[in-house]
Amino acid sequence: MSEEEDEIILAELDDDELVAQMHDDLYDGLKEEIVEGTNILLGRGWTPYDVLTKALVEGMRIVGIDFRDGILFVPEVLLAANAMKSGMTILRPLLAETGAPKLGSMVIGTVKGDIHDIGKNLVGMMMEGAGFDVHDIGINTDVDGYLAAIDEHKPDILGMSALLTTTMPYMKVVIDTMIEKGIRDDHTILVGGAPLNEEFGSAIGADAYCRDAAVAVETAKEFMAKKHNQMAAG
Amino acid sequence: MAPFFVIYYKQSLDKYESRHEVQKVSDNSHPAPKLRIIACGMIAREVMAVNQQLGFDHIDLKCLPASYHHHPEHIAPEMDKAIIKARADGFENIFVGYADCGTGGELDKICQKHNVERIKGPHCFSFYMGNKNFEEADGDYLTTFFITDFLARHFETFMKRPLGLDKHPELREMYFAHYTKALYLAQTQDRELEQKAREAAEFLGLEYEYKYTGYGDLLDAIVPLGNDKP
Repeated sequence: MSEEEDEIILAELDDDELVAQMHDDLYDGLKEEIVEGTNILLGRGWTPYDVLTKALVEGMRIVGIDFRDGILFVPEVLLAANAMKSGMTILRPLLAETGAPKLGSMVIGTVKGDIHDIGKNLVGMMMEGAGFDVHDIGINTDVDGYLAAIDEHKPDILGMSALLTTTMPYMKVVIDTMIEKGIRDDHTILVGGAPLNEEFGSAIGADAYCRDAAVAVETAKEFMAKKHNQMAAG
Repeated sequence: MAPFFVIYYKQSLDKYESRHEVQKVSDNSHPAPKLRIIACGMIAREVMAVNQQLGFDHIDLKCLPASYHHHPEHIAPEMDKAIIKARADGFENIFVGYADCGTGGELDKICQKHNVERIKGPHCFSFYMGNKNFEEADGDYLTTFFITDFLARHFETFMKRPLGLDKHPELREMYFAHYTKALYLAQTQDRELEQKAREAAEFLGLEYEYKYTGYGDLLDAIVPLGNDKP
C-alpha cells in the first residue's frame, strides 16, 4: 500500500474520529495537523471552548500522563506543546470574543537568577487551557517583579518556578515578603520545578508543590473550588 | 618527545605547585593503600589526567554515569550506594568527585553520613573556572551556556540527541531562548575540541567565547589526596 493511500484526510473524519486523531497528532507533535483539525472543528460549528478542552487540553493531558510514566520524554512533550500552542493561537482571540468560562487568574514567573522556562510555559499553557487568565511575567523575576504583577493583576494564584537548586530558595524570599506586606493569604501559592519536592514547598510556606503541569491544573482547580465554597459559606 | 598533553599537564602542575607550594609526594617502594574516587563520568578523563600528572598510583577511580548531569536527583542516592560498595570493597579512604552539582545539599548529606569529602563548589563549571572567580562574577554568567572539554567532545551524544535537537532543531528556541552566549571552558589546549565547541555554539545560535581554565580547583581538590599515599 502506498503512503498516499495511508494518508488520513482530516476533513473526511467525523467529529469523534477527528478529535481522537487530534489527540494522536498532539501526541506526535504535528503542528500543521493540529492547526487543520482546529479549523475544521470550528468550521463545523464547534465552540472555541469545546475545541480547546475536548481536542487540545485532553490531548495534552494524555501527553502529560505518559511523560509522568516515563513513556514520553522532554523533547516529545515540547513538540506536543508546540503543536498545542499553534491551536491555541487560533482559539485565543475567539475565546475572548465568546466569553468562555473563567476559573480564575494566575500570575506565573521563573524566580530571580533563573532563566529556565520550559516548565513554566507548559504550566501557563495548560492553565490557560483549563480556563485561567494567565499573566506570565517571564524569567529572572525578582520580588519586586512579583509584587508589581500581583498588585496589577490581583491573581487568585501565584505560580513560581525554578530549575536550579541555587535559585529555588528565592521562592521563600517572595513568600516572606508577601507575609511582611500582609498579602500572603490573599493568594494561593503554587511552586514547581525539577529540583523541588513537597517537603521544600511546605518548608517555604507555599500552598502546594506541583510536580508537573497537569498536577498544577488539578491543584489550582481544587484551591479555586475551596475558595468558592468558603465564599459561598459566607 | 613527550606528547603535547603530558607537557601541558606538567606546565599546569608546575604553575599549581608554584602557587601553592605543594610538596610532591615522593615515590617509595611500599604498596600504595588504595583510595577510591567516586566521580561524575563527565570529569573522569580530567581526574585521571590530574592523577597521572601528580604521579598518584594509589587511586582507584570509579564513576557514576555522566548522564546524571541531566538528572541530578540520582546523584545523591547513587553516591550513597557507591560509597557503601567501596567500603565493602575494602576502601577506607574515599573521595567524592562531584561538586554540589544540582543536588541542593543532598550530596553533602551523603558525604556527612559517610564522613567523606567532595570537590568544593556548586558545579564543574565553577570549579574549572575557579570557585572564587565564579562566585565573584555574581550572576554574570546567568545567560551563559557552558561547554567543557567533555561537552565539546560529546555534544552530539550528550546534548544534541537527548534534547531531541538532532531530529527537531526547531526545539532550540524552546531550550535556549534566554541564553546569550556559549563559553567554552577549556581544560586542555586542543584545537579539535575548540572547533567542536565553536560548532556547538553555532548550532545553538549562540555567540562563542573561549576561556582556557586548565583543571582549576580540581587540582586543589586532588592534590591533598596525596596525603593518603604512604
